[in-house]
Amino acid sequence: MVNLNVDIGKLTLKNPVMTASGTFGFGQEYEDFIDISRLGGILVKGITGKERQGNPYPRMAETPSGMLNAVGLQNKGIDYFVDHIYPEITKYDTEIIVNVNGGTIEEYIEVASKVDKLDKIHAIELNISCPNVKQGGMVFGTHCPSAIAVTKAVREAYSKSLMVKLSPNVTSIVEFALAVEEAGADSISLINTLLGMAIDAKTRKPRLSTVTGGLSGPAVKPVALRMVWQVAKAVKIPVIGMGGIMNAGDAIEFFLAGASAVQIGTANFINPAVTIEILEGIERYLESNGYDSIQDIIGALEC
Amino acid sequence: MKRRIEDLRVLENRKLNEEFFVLQLESGEDIPSILPGQFAEVKVEGSPATFLRRPISIYDADPVNNRIDLLIKIAGTGTKKLAELEAGQSLNLVYPLGNHFSKPKGSKVLLVGGGTGVAPMLILGRYMQAEWGIRPVYLLGYRSQHLIIEIERFRAIGEVNISTEDGSVGTKGFVTRNPLLSDDSAQYDMIYTCGPEVMMKAIAKRASALNSPCEVSLENLMGCGIGACLCCIVDTKDRGNVNTCTEGPIFNPELLKW
Repeated sequence: MVNLNVDIGKLTLKNPVMTASGTFGFGQEYEDFIDISRLGGILVKGITGKERQGNPYPRMAETPSGMLNAVGLQNKGIDYFVDHIYPEITKYDTEIIVNVNGGTIEEYIEVASKVDKLDKIHAIELNISCPNVKQGGMVFGTHCPSAIAVTKAVREAYSKSLMVKLSPNVTSIVEFALAVEEAGADSISLINTLLGMAIDAKTRKPRLSTVTGGLSGPAVKPVALRMVWQVAKAVKIPVIGMGGIMNAGDAIEFFLAGASAVQIGTANFINPAVTIEILEGIERYLESNGYDSIQDIIGALEC
Repeated sequence: MKRRIEDLRVLENRKLNEEFFVLQLESGEDIPSILPGQFAEVKVEGSPATFLRRPISIYDADPVNNRIDLLIKIAGTGTKKLAELEAGQSLNLVYPLGNHFSKPKGSKVLLVGGGTGVAPMLILGRYMQAEWGIRPVYLLGYRSQHLIIEIERFRAIGEVNISTEDGSVGTKGFVTRNPLLSDDSAQYDMIYTCGPEVMMKAIAKRASALNSPCEVSLENLMGCGIGACLCCIVDTKDRGNVNTCTEGPIFNPELLKW
């Protein structure tokens, strides 16, 4: 048996396979396909202070080896989550991590402080990188002073493990990583989606109602891997890697680049059982290469 | 009812015309019970430009022999690749997905299909005869006579009426101009419809004028088909944006913001 435990800032996961926010609902959507309790953690769908309807249809466009989405944080708000979803999903034997969003710093604080009171939730992911909302989201994640301000404010409001999710839509990802580390993040997750667009040449119209949206899937993996490698070298806190992971081989590349854990996103849409297949594939890789622990390959890139 | 991911074996790929084909699939185990209007998310292999699964409504199901039929229209690179499948190959499905058509209050019903929208009408007709004891009355619309497909399968389970846009067979014009819908004295316990959105909107309007309840089957773009990605939403009057894949694809059009 290989040891799959990983520490991600005040929090120990039984294994490094998590689901990415917005791709796994609240877990229940996948109950028929996998045993949710085998996962290291679930990042639940992004939550805001008030209910949000999200963006109009169409919100999705398929692209080569990927997809664009412009969902826009559709959710029922933090109070609904606390009253109705939290009691349901804490039955799973896995770490539930809440993806916290806001249009203003005050809204981020409101959501974070409400989640802080939930005993069975030990971490939040601060989303300063959603490309699909007009206010907040990526505005905070692409302007360094704003990223620092929101991280500091949420750090004060939230006592448990704070993961900050970075946007790849910046010139220097390392600058943002160092800034949020300094501002009090316990870990960093990256990458959120890359801003992109698609056009229907026949109608001369954009394929998304919002014109631009976030690109995910294997198309973004090389960019994600490069950013994870750069950030993992620069910061002292754990890094959680994501971006286009479709199989165990992809996940292992992220560990080698320095990620302590991974999040599986878009792949869940194509194969609802992919997370468990990846988990088993990681175990097989470690065993067949004679490693005792996942720790042996984290940051083990030889170059 | 449990949804599953499964490799099914292609028994037959029957080309119906230049646009349509039927894939008959066989499962190695007992298939789950499939309700009329449900769909499958189909994986397309060997087509690099096709990243996501394709939602395809279930055309027919045979629980005795564990067979499922999919009626597919070649619409893009994904469905074109599916058209190349041969007997003996396998096809990966996530199914059965979505809600289903509901039972009518009485036995006077009309099933209106256009284009690939005829697909869920076949399984619906079979189901209503077996489970609800209702003989379906079909109104099927086509552009022209040469595009009529597998009409004998519909005739085997109900009364079939045809409309063609060019009048080459049946009543000329869109289905809404067929006397079954254009007659102001008509009234139904339910009008079920699936087809192009413009057709379903016209039928929903007509159903409302005829004081008849109606159910439509939406074909929104989907990411996952299981309620996770929130991409296939439709705006409703009572609940705002809801997932077409899990709250639908069958909706009462009165509740849609159409």
